[in-house]
Amino acid sequence: MKPLRTKLVERARRARRSGASVFLGLSLIVAVEVFQASAYPVNVGSKKFTESYVLGEIARRALSDAGIAAEHRQGMGGTIILWQALRGGQIDVYPEYTGTIAQEILKSDHQLSLEDIRDSLGKFGVGMTKPLGFNNTYALVMRRSEAQRLGIRTISDLQKHPELKIGLTHEFLDRHDGWQPLRERYQLPQQNVIGIDHAIGYAALANGSIDVKDAYSTDAKIEESDLVALEDDLGFFPKYEAVFLFRLSTSPSAISALGRLEGTLDEQRMIRLNAEAERTKNYTSAANLYFEGRSASFTGESFPHKLARWTLRHLELAGFSLFLSVLIGIPLGIIASRGGLTGQCILGFASVVQTIPSLALLALLVPLPFFGISVRTAIAALFLYGLLPIVRNTATGLQDIPRSLRESAVALGLGPLTRLWEIYLPMASRSILSGIKTSAVINVGTATLAALIGAGGLGEPILSGLNLNDHTTILQGAIPAALLALLEQWLFDVLDRVLIPKGLRL
Amino acid sequence: MSALVRLVDVSKRYMGTTALQSTNLSIERSKTTVLIGPSGCGKSTLLRLIIRLIEPDSGSIEFNGEAITPDTIINLRRRIGYVIQEGGLFPHLTARANVLLMARHVGTSDDEMRKRLLELCELTRFSANLLSRYPVELSGGQRQRVGLMRALMLSPELLLLDEPLGALDPLVRVSLQTDLKGIFARLQQTVLFVTHDLAEATYFGDEIVLMNDGRVVQKGSIKELREKPADPFVSEFINAQRGLALT
Repeated sequence: MKPLRTKLVERARRARRSGASVFLGLSLIVAVEVFQASAYPVNVGSKKFTESYVLGEIARRALSDAGIAAEHRQGMGGTIILWQALRGGQIDVYPEYTGTIAQEILKSDHQLSLEDIRDSLGKFGVGMTKPLGFNNTYALVMRRSEAQRLGIRTISDLQKHPELKIGLTHEFLDRHDGWQPLRERYQLPQQNVIGIDHAIGYAALANGSIDVKDAYSTDAKIEESDLVALEDDLGFFPKYEAVFLFRLSTSPSAISALGRLEGTLDEQRMIRLNAEAERTKNYTSAANLYFEGRSASFTGESFPHKLARWTLRHLELAGFSLFLSVLIGIPLGIIASRGGLTGQCILGFASVVQTIPSLALLALLVPLPFFGISVRTAIAALFLYGLLPIVRNTATGLQDIPRSLRESAVALGLGPLTRLWEIYLPMASRSILSGIKTSAVINVGTATLAALIGAGGLGEPILSGLNLNDHTTILQGAIPAALLALLEQWLFDVLDRVLIPKGLRL
Repeated sequence: MSALVRLVDVSKRYMGTTALQSTNLSIERSKTTVLIGPSGCGKSTLLRLIIRLIEPDSGSIEFNGEAITPDTIINLRRRIGYVIQEGGLFPHLTARANVLLMARHVGTSDDEMRKRLLELCELTRFSANLLSRYPVELSGGQRQRVGLMRALMLSPELLLLDEPLGALDPLVRVSLQTDLKGIFARLQQTVLFVTHDLAEATYFGDEIVLMNDGRVVQKGSIKELREKPADPFVSEFINAQRGLALT
């Protein structure tokens, strides 16, 4: 007869083993699910601004109406990210502008005809529809009252007012047809130029934080916020005619469905659709306006359903990446705790990763073959971010064990693995767990950025809300994310009690 | 000759300073040998060399007539008990788990473990009711008794004690000294005991090894050290400690 205590210990050990295999099994299922997430026949992408969202919805709707299954990944990022995603096959179609194609994608320094553009794109396996009908060029905008007071009507007039503060989108600041050449061409004297998000820029313009910003000529905000677009009196901006870019391998029926949209959208109509999207905060209903008459009955996904979808995806992103961070981080921490060159390299690598801004890390991963615009990329980035706290806490936790106790373990005659598993790791458990807790909180917060590369999660409403300058939508993502962080905190407090040996908690 | 451990020309240097000069020493069976000397004299180094927490730079250490090598040390450690100040107990394990740790690993049966545990409790006068406590819930003296039980669990041939009573208050210290001496006698235990306290050395030591500056100055009974000092340092050390005891 074994004493009860020993039996209990054995049972606990068995349970732990089977618990571990269930956990492993679950994570494999999650992994398979995550890696198969791109099974739709036609994926439509869009850039991170209202008009692109609406055009993306129109394309999705046109494809669906033609009986082709389609999904729209909203607001994936800027030109380069969308172009990479199209070439990498993560998306099949996205709306683009001819000027942007010539300047940014083909890097041409002179104006290209539509035929030139189509030929050059063909070499990348990419096709282009005819123009949809409107020219959405760049414009500089000001508050109407301010422009009238200073007597500014054209971009040239800005030369006389060097004190004006200019806020530009990051993309415009860097574009070949953006701020630098514009400033040279017009000899603009302003020194106070900052980079600012497009939607936030409108709020900054309204409260006077900035005086001039870049905008699109079909932007509904111009009318709505009582702004004026300054005349491009030197004819600097090229034409930006809206088209759809698509992979030439896309099915002919899908291409012809897109072709039916050519020449059907003039500037007035586009401004109206943009205004509708901003007013209703609903891109689907704005797109439906385009298909007037046939669309009355269409309703979007219900809020609880959306919330559940966002939250589940968010947990999937944060949970799976945390699991990987723990799986890789603890062994790395054990190696790092031994010091030496290897240890320093590991800690150095984890620290460097931490210093890369999360947005930049995402952008760096997107062009890599295995990643692209996908959930995988988001998980990989979150995993890398979660590494440092776990590695560092594991290493310091182990290093903090007093030398006398390490030596006692050695002198007893325990082998190296037993020492690690039964003595050192349990003694470092408090430090390791607090590292995991830090990683988990970082992950839940950073996972909101996954929406930038179309990976979904609670960042989706936050991003749409930012773009629409709509606080309610932002809160729909921000509040659940904050609640998740609280829940996580509580969960880890419970876990502390289960995992940290009692002798260390007294 | 019934030496259990023999050191032959063993030396050790730490980062340029000599911790132990070339030393020859025998530890006799069933006797308590006490290493004594001022701090930094090499007494702890010698102990740690025997259980191979550190590797000697030269010379060899024999256990039962066989040289200890890195290959044999793992098994050898299970035949040596090692007790340090404060007991060296693992804080995440109960007193019982600390004591049984090694026995579980070598596959001792539950019955045997329980029997041995009761024996040890009786031997070290440790109340079995306290076995399920964690080290932080025990007093310094109790921790030291548990440390001793852990060292004796597998009935080691050699017991190494490195200033085991250093951190205890005087009353507890005296009571443990008495108990320890009784235990050593009862078990006919071979003991190597490190201390810097001459009174303690005199109380325990069948053989006293006085060390200074990384070398053995004199080995013998306290009487020999007192009456036939090999070196002026021996008298100086003995007189200094005696003076301390009087004040």
